[in-house]
Amino acid sequence: MNEQNIFIVRCGEVALKGMNKPYFERMLVDRIKKNVKQFDNVDVRRHEGLIFVRADKSNDKEALIKEISKVFGVASISPAVEAESHLDAIGEEAVKYMLDLIETRGIKTFKVEAKRADKNFPVKSPDIARIIGAKVLIGCKVLKVDVHNPDVHLFVDVRHDKSYIYQQKIAGFGGLPLGTNGKGMVLLSGGIDSPVAAWMMAKRGMVIEAVHFHSYPYTSPRAQEKVEELARIVASYCGNFKMHVINLLPIQEQIVSNCPEEETTILVRRFMMRIAEKIAEKNRAMMLITGENLGQVASQTAEALVVTDNCVKMPVMRPLIAMDKVDIMDKAEEIGTYETSIQPYEDCCTVFLPKHPTTRPKLERIEESESRLDVEGLVKAAVESEEIVHIRA
Amino acid sequence: MLVYLDNSATTRQYDEVTETMMRAMENYYGNPSSLHTLGYESEKIVKNARRIIARSLGASDDEIIFTSCGTESDNTALYGIAHSRRRQGNKIITSRVEHPAVLEACKVLEKEGFQVEYIGVDSKCRLDMDALQAAIDENTILVSVMNVNNETGTIMPITEISKIKKNAVLHTDAVQGYGKVDLKNCRADMISVSAHKIHGPKGMGALYVRKGINLPAYLSGGGQERGYRSGTENVPGIVGFGKAVELAFGDFQGRVSAMGKARKYLLDGICDGIKDVIINSPEDGAASVLNVSFLGTRGEVLLHTLEQDRIFVSTGSACSSNKKGKGQSHVLTAMGLKPKEIEGAIRFSFSEFNTVKEMDYVLDRLESAVSRFRRLGSFR
Repeated sequence: MNEQNIFIVRCGEVALKGMNKPYFERMLVDRIKKNVKQFDNVDVRRHEGLIFVRADKSNDKEALIKEISKVFGVASISPAVEAESHLDAIGEEAVKYMLDLIETRGIKTFKVEAKRADKNFPVKSPDIARIIGAKVLIGCKVLKVDVHNPDVHLFVDVRHDKSYIYQQKIAGFGGLPLGTNGKGMVLLSGGIDSPVAAWMMAKRGMVIEAVHFHSYPYTSPRAQEKVEELARIVASYCGNFKMHVINLLPIQEQIVSNCPEEETTILVRRFMMRIAEKIAEKNRAMMLITGENLGQVASQTAEALVVTDNCVKMPVMRPLIAMDKVDIMDKAEEIGTYETSIQPYEDCCTVFLPKHPTTRPKLERIEESESRLDVEGLVKAAVESEEIVHIRA
Repeated sequence: MLVYLDNSATTRQYDEVTETMMRAMENYYGNPSSLHTLGYESEKIVKNARRIIARSLGASDDEIIFTSCGTESDNTALYGIAHSRRRQGNKIITSRVEHPAVLEACKVLEKEGFQVEYIGVDSKCRLDMDALQAAIDENTILVSVMNVNNETGTIMPITEISKIKKNAVLHTDAVQGYGKVDLKNCRADMISVSAHKIHGPKGMGALYVRKGINLPAYLSGGGQERGYRSGTENVPGIVGFGKAVELAFGDFQGRVSAMGKARKYLLDGICDGIKDVIINSPEDGAASVLNVSFLGTRGEVLLHTLEQDRIFVSTGSACSSNKKGKGQSHVLTAMGLKPKEIEGAIRFSFSEFNTVKEMDYVLDRLESAVSRFRRLGSFR
C-alpha cells in the first residue's frame, strides 16, 4: 500500500442531531467523497463519531484540505498521524512527529493535551498527557514544556483500536450537509450580495437552483458570462445546479411605457419575484432566496420589501437582511466570489434606473400601476421564454 | 444578412491569404536560418514578402522589421528611440488621441524620466499644429503621431510634421492608415503597420525604420531581423501578410473608393433619416471610418441591438460601467465631446466588401434601434 496522509474531520452541529445523526453523517461522507473525487486513492469513512479521510501522500495536502473544508457540515479538519493504542507506540510516534516540527518550524516549547474516547483504556487522560509529555522531552532534547503559551499544542486522542496525534484544527465552514434541507430558488444577479445569499442558505443544507434576469440588448452578453462564472464558484460549494435565464426587457418596456417612472424599480422587483416563484414551483423549490439587505438601495427599504413580498405566496429567504455591506463583502472575499462580482457590467436592475426611485411605496398605488399591465400574461411569457444553463463547478 | 462594420478593429482575412498560409504551414516548415534547402526555401518566401511590404511603403527591404503586432511595432519604435537618443535630448511629443500602444509606452517613458508632451485636437480630431510647432525644440528626440485616428478616421498631417520636426525622429502609427491612405510620401522616419487590419493574419506587424536610424535590439537572441528582433520568423504569418499587402495594394484605389462609397451612403442616410446626431468624423477623413453620436442613446445598447440583426459595429465607450466618464473614449474626450455625446457614439468602419445594399439594411435597422431607445431610455 502507498503511504497515506490521514485527516480527521469533525462534524459540527451534525453531532447534535440525535436520532438523525447517522443520516446527517452519511450525507456528509457522501459530500466529502464528491469533493475529493479528483484526488488519487482517497478513502472516506465514518468511525467512532468522526470521519476519517485517508489519501495517498502523493496528493497535494493543502488542496485536499481546501476541498474538504468546502463541504458544509465540516466543523474542522486535522492532519493527523496514527499509532497503535499503546502508550509506547503513541510516545514513539509523538517523538517522530515533534522532531519533524522542530526541523520544519523550529518549535521550542510544547504542551500535550490528551483525551481518551475509549474509556476502557487503563490510563486516565491527564496521566496520558503526562506520560507522553515525558517521552517527548526525552526524545527531543531541545524542547521544553510551556503550559501557558506553547509553540505547539500536541493533541493525543486515544481510541479503541487506534490512537491519533495532531496539532492543528483547521476550521471548516460548519453548517449542515447539503441536501438535508430542501431546495431554494435564488435570484442570482451579477452583484456581490446574491451569490453570498445562495452560499449561506446552501450552508444550512439547502439545495440551490438559480434564476437570472437580464435585459439584452440593454445588458451585455458578457454580463451573463460573469454571472455564470459566479454561479460556478457557488457550485464549487453546493454542487452543480440549473440556472434559469430570463430576458426581462419585454416587461421593463411595458413598465417604462405605462407606469410612473419612480415606481419602475419596485415594479420590476415584483415581476422578478412572481417569475421566480413560478419557476420555483415548476422545479420543486420551496422557497425563494434573495440577496436583499435592509436599506441598501431604494428597493430594499422596509416599505419596499413589504410591497415586494406581497406579490408572492412562497416564503422569501433573505439571509443577508441584517448584515452590513462591509461584512457581506468580507464574506464574498472569503468564499471567492468578490473579485468576479465587482467586474463592471451593467445588470438589469440598473438599466432603467429612475432618477428618484420611490423609497416608501404604497401597495395600493403599486397595484394600481400594475392594473395597467397584463401581469399574468407577461409573467407567463417570461417563464416560457426561459433558457436553462447547467452550472458545473 | 451579415454586415461587418468593425474593420478598424480587425478585418476578415482574404481567402487567398488563408490558402497561402495553409500552403506555407504544410510545405515551408523549414527554419529560414537553416543552411539546407528546406531552410533556404523558407527564407526565400520570407524575403519575397518583405519586398512586397517594403514596396508598399516606398522603402527598401532592409528597412522593414517584422514584429508580432502593431503594438510591438509602436513599442519598439518608442522605447528604441527614447533609449538610443537619450544623450541628444529628453523630450518626446505625441498626441492625446494616440492608440494605447503609444500612450501607455509614453507613460512608461515618463516614469523613466522623459518629458512627454501631449498635443490636443479640435472637435474633429484634427491636430493642433500650432501647439505642436511650439512644443518642438532642440531637446525633442521623438515625435510620434498616428497617421489615421482609429476612432474618427481623421488623417494627421505627417508630411507637414516632417517639415517642422527639427532633430527629432518622426514615428507614425499607421496601423489604421495602411492600405487606405498613401504612406510612400509621408516622410516619416518610422512607420508601424499591422497585417490584420488589411485582411491579413492576426499576430503579424511590421516596423519601417529609415536607413541610418539605430535601434537597440527589442528581443535579443539569434539575430533575426538584422538583430533588431530575434526569434524564429513566423513564416506563415509573414507570407500571409505579404499576400494581403499584394492584394490590398493591387487595387488600392478601387478598394478605397468602395469604402468611401459605402461610407458616404451611410453618412447621407443618417443625416437625412435620424435626428439629433453629431458627426464626429471630419469631412476629409479616411474612407474607412465614420463616427457618429446618436444623442439620447447609449452606444453599447445600440451595438447589442444591431448585433441581433447581424450588424457589427463598435462604440465610443467600451466599458459598460454606468459611472460617468469611466471607460469612455479618450479620443472623443480629447475632442471636447460631452459625456452624453460620447455615451451615444458609434463607430462604423468599412472595408471594400461593404456595399450600398448593406448600408440600406443598416440604415433601416439603425433608425429603428435609435427610435426604440429614445422612446424607452428617455429618462436616463
